[in-house]
Amino acid sequence: MYDAPTLESSVTTDNLKFTARNVHVYYNEAEAIKGVDVDILDKTVTAFIGPSGCGKSTFLRCLNRMNDTIPICRVTGDIRLDGQDIYDRSIDPVQLRAKVGMVFQKPNPFPKSIYDNVAYGPRIHGLANTRADLDVIVEKSLRRAALWDEAKDRLDSPGTGLSGGQQQRLCIARAVATAPEVLLMDEPCSALDPIATAQVEELIDELRQEYSVVIVTHSMQQAARVSQKTAFFHLGHLVEFGETAHIFTNPSDERTESYITGRIG
Amino acid sequence: MPDQHIASAFDRDLETIQAKIMKMGGLVERAISDAARSLETRDEELAEEVRGRDKAIDKLEELINEEAARVIALRAPTARDLRLVLSVIKISANLERIGDYAKNMAKRTSILAQMAPVNGSPAALRRMAREVEEMLKDALDAYIQRDINLAHEVMQRDQDVDQMYNAIFREFLTFMMEDPRNITACMHLHFIAKNTERMGDHVTSIAEQVIYLISGEMPEEPRPKGDQTSLDASITPSS
Repeated sequence: MYDAPTLESSVTTDNLKFTARNVHVYYNEAEAIKGVDVDILDKTVTAFIGPSGCGKSTFLRCLNRMNDTIPICRVTGDIRLDGQDIYDRSIDPVQLRAKVGMVFQKPNPFPKSIYDNVAYGPRIHGLANTRADLDVIVEKSLRRAALWDEAKDRLDSPGTGLSGGQQQRLCIARAVATAPEVLLMDEPCSALDPIATAQVEELIDELRQEYSVVIVTHSMQQAARVSQKTAFFHLGHLVEFGETAHIFTNPSDERTESYITGRIG
Repeated sequence: MPDQHIASAFDRDLETIQAKIMKMGGLVERAISDAARSLETRDEELAEEVRGRDKAIDKLEELINEEAARVIALRAPTARDLRLVLSVIKISANLERIGDYAKNMAKRTSILAQMAPVNGSPAALRRMAREVEEMLKDALDAYIQRDINLAHEVMQRDQDVDQMYNAIFREFLTFMMEDPRNITACMHLHFIAKNTERMGDHVTSIAEQVIYLISGEMPEEPRPKGDQTSLDASITPSS
């Protein structure tokens, strides 16, 4: 029986991508994250779950310095990507965000053609020298986002003319076009119907072959379906972090159990 | 941790299933005790009644499985809720098997009532059945009160049942060697003894499920095994 294949949901690597230590985040005086330590593995989907206001999105946004854009927000502690402190002065946040892509809750394609939506990142980061190179990147990214077959005949039509699910996959194609190492997703399916949700989840599972994916979700079933590791946040603390299967069958902390079983916590 | 779900209908569903387990447990306890009593008092009418009541037990198992499947499909239970649903499926299967053994005991009672009694043996069988019935009662109490210590204790007590079975096994062997006219009756009585010993094993499984439900892990200690008859050389006729 020890030779039997493991379930797909198992963690298969121990290569670290992000390491965060003693991270605190303040909005003015209010402390939103109260000392979080977490290790994010490469080629693994990590889900952040927790009730509204628990700090999971705030913490996600620390990982590509999106919080820099909020003037009242202050981040302390140590966050490293491949051992490099991402809050170091020498780090250019724009370059960081090319390596650590992000997909948001609401699909937000640029008011441009499908092609230009995907080509935008590679153009500003100078990833393609010729139009042919760019064509290759656009096709590859759209394929990776499982949108190529639906979009290949209408690359010049506006991205905003796609359906909601297609728009979200376009945003994923746009995020992967800059060849990121990590993909952050902040409730990527909450505005999508179940079919589009299933397609995005299937995509997430494929993306983990190459990327480290961190997803914030309000749907515990989604966290259970797509992730290998789950972190439960509550009131700014990281309460429990472990293998998803363990969190959903036999969590160690009572607060985690209260939350995932739908009890008042 | 709060006991109640935000969705109170979820609580009601889980309570409904557990109430059915307790009802099933009650019927099975009664089946064991009545079957053993009918054997001892050679009460064919009671034996017939035990056989008839087994249908209700089977029906409950079916209902519990249907409701468990419903909860899994509609409520996607996790953690201890998931363990609860998994455990009721297994416990109901164990109870159903115990009920079958009790029914079989009643069936053999009807046959044995037509034969000459074998001295002393029905009383020994009844003591064994009584012990199994007590174990079952405690296993179900451990289940409903989430009492892990009681569940461990029940598991240990299965050894006593096994030892009772060993003793009865030897006794029947002696009776059969003494007088071959006893063989038919003793064969039936031996099956009753073996089935009662098997009931004890099913009760042990229920206790294991209780431990899994409470702790999230199956008990690590090896199951006590007291049934030595399969290793016993004394059963060969030459000895």
